[in-house]
Amino acid sequence: MGANHDDHHHAPDGRGRALRLGVGGPVGSGKTALVAALCRALGRTLSLGVVTNDIYTTEDADFLRRAGVLDEERILAVETGCCPHTAIRDDIAANLDAVETLEHRFGPLDLVIVESGGDNLTATFSRGLADRQIFVLDVSGGDKVPRKGGPGVTTSDLLVVNKTDLAPLVGADLDVMARDARTVRGERPVLFTSIRQEPTAAAVATWVSDQVHAWSHDHAVPVS
Amino acid sequence: MNPALLLLTDSRLPAGGHAHSGGAERAIASGAVRDVPSLEAFLRGRLHTTGTATAALTAAVCAEAASAEPRWAALDAEVDARTASPAQREASTTQGRLLLRVARRVWPSPVLDGLARATPSPHHPLALGVAAHAAGATPGEAALAAAYHAVSGAATAAVRLLGLDPVAVHGLLADLAPDLAAVAAQAGLAAGAAGWEALPAGSAPALDLIAEQHAQAAVRLFVS
Ligand SMILES: Nc1nc2c(ncn2[C@@H]2O[C@H](COP(=O)(O)OP(=O)(O)O)[C@@H](O)[C@H]2O)c(=O)[nH]1
Ligand SMILES: [Mg+2]
Repeated sequence: MGANHDDHHHAPDGRGRALRLGVGGPVGSGKTALVAALCRALGRTLSLGVVTNDIYTTEDADFLRRAGVLDEERILAVETGCCPHTAIRDDIAANLDAVETLEHRFGPLDLVIVESGGDNLTATFSRGLADRQIFVLDVSGGDKVPRKGGPGVTTSDLLVVNKTDLAPLVGADLDVMARDARTVRGERPVLFTSIRQEPTAAAVATWVSDQVHAWSHDHAVPVS
Repeated sequence: MNPALLLLTDSRLPAGGHAHSGGAERAIASGAVRDVPSLEAFLRGRLHTTGTATAALTAAVCAEAASAEPRWAALDAEVDARTASPAQREASTTQGRLLLRVARRVWPSPVLDGLARATPSPHHPLALGVAAHAAGATPGEAALAAAYHAVSGAATAAVRLLGLDPVAVHGLLADLAPDLAAVAAQAGLAAGAAGWEALPAGSAPALDLIAEQHAQAAVRLFVS
């Protein structure tokens, strides 16, 4: 994390800046794999930045840098002092600082992805940090998880159920998961992925790309 | 007392403080802090060295904020001169930048904008002193906030890292109340006297050392 050398205080209305996308969900569900997939799928057409929130190390940032899906300098790691959910919800200052640092260094950006450190089902992103959020579950957590709900499952803009390749191995019923998710989420979208089998997560990438275009259309800087 | 002081000292102030342990994480890793009595010794040491210096600096900043042309660069240099460890300087300027961002939205004022223009990443005592002024607090109150800040973050981190009884640790903070008041009173006097170079400059070599060790550590939860 470097210091910023200019005063680049953004107006809170989001005009003229990148869409900020939160990627949350339990530890191990495939958040980093999804971020890597999005960088692979969108990195050529969009200008991207990534902020990770590891719990103990800079593991996620290092993984993404090694994967070579994005310029190393466009990936920043935030330390969260024992409280990953605090850093994305109650005290978002360090994450905002990282996002604005990326925008300042590489801007204008189209999309900044913030991956949460991984937490329980109640952890969601503050609207002050993320304009849109994806919640990632995996089938190995059990097919009951969508039914259990929680704000991540019910209120996220997109629910991704990852690791469908493991469904037969863990005895998870994807139809049950889809039906339960529809019950708690209503019209909000749900996508099933196996990032292992399909490393660009095309359906999710399309959804994100649509969000980016809608955002830049609605938040263009007015011509004066 | 100005009620804004309650907001400025609340650990829920969303200015990134939750991710800093004030050296407590490394002191715990080294075995120096392992229970409530050793935490008490650590906090007293912190308060009467770096805490005393930052309280006086914060009071001086708060007083300077009332002048027509505040000399921010000179005061920032006074903090630098009293902060031997580069890791501590970085922790201070990071927290200063995040607090300044929050303060500008919570207590919008030309003097905060002026500080951001002069130095976008000021040391924490600058951000705190000017925020206190913008919120209507006196230099003595600003010093009290700084003194409390010098012990509260480390105390919370120890509760999380060692699983200490949180009530025992709050009892400890309550026992420190007379010391906090004394440090703040002394800071108010020092800031009122002529010449910033004469402000308290107490330091703790052990804190400098563990700050540097922490910055090198491969595995850590807190930024500092
Ligand atoms: N079988 C399978 N494993 C996956 C899939 N996606 C991710 N993983 C693996 O799951 C583990 C955790 O993934 P990661 O992205 O680090 O999870 P995070 O903690 O949510 O960021 C890693 O070993 C990934 O390789 C998938 O679709 N199928
Ligand atoms: Mg991850």
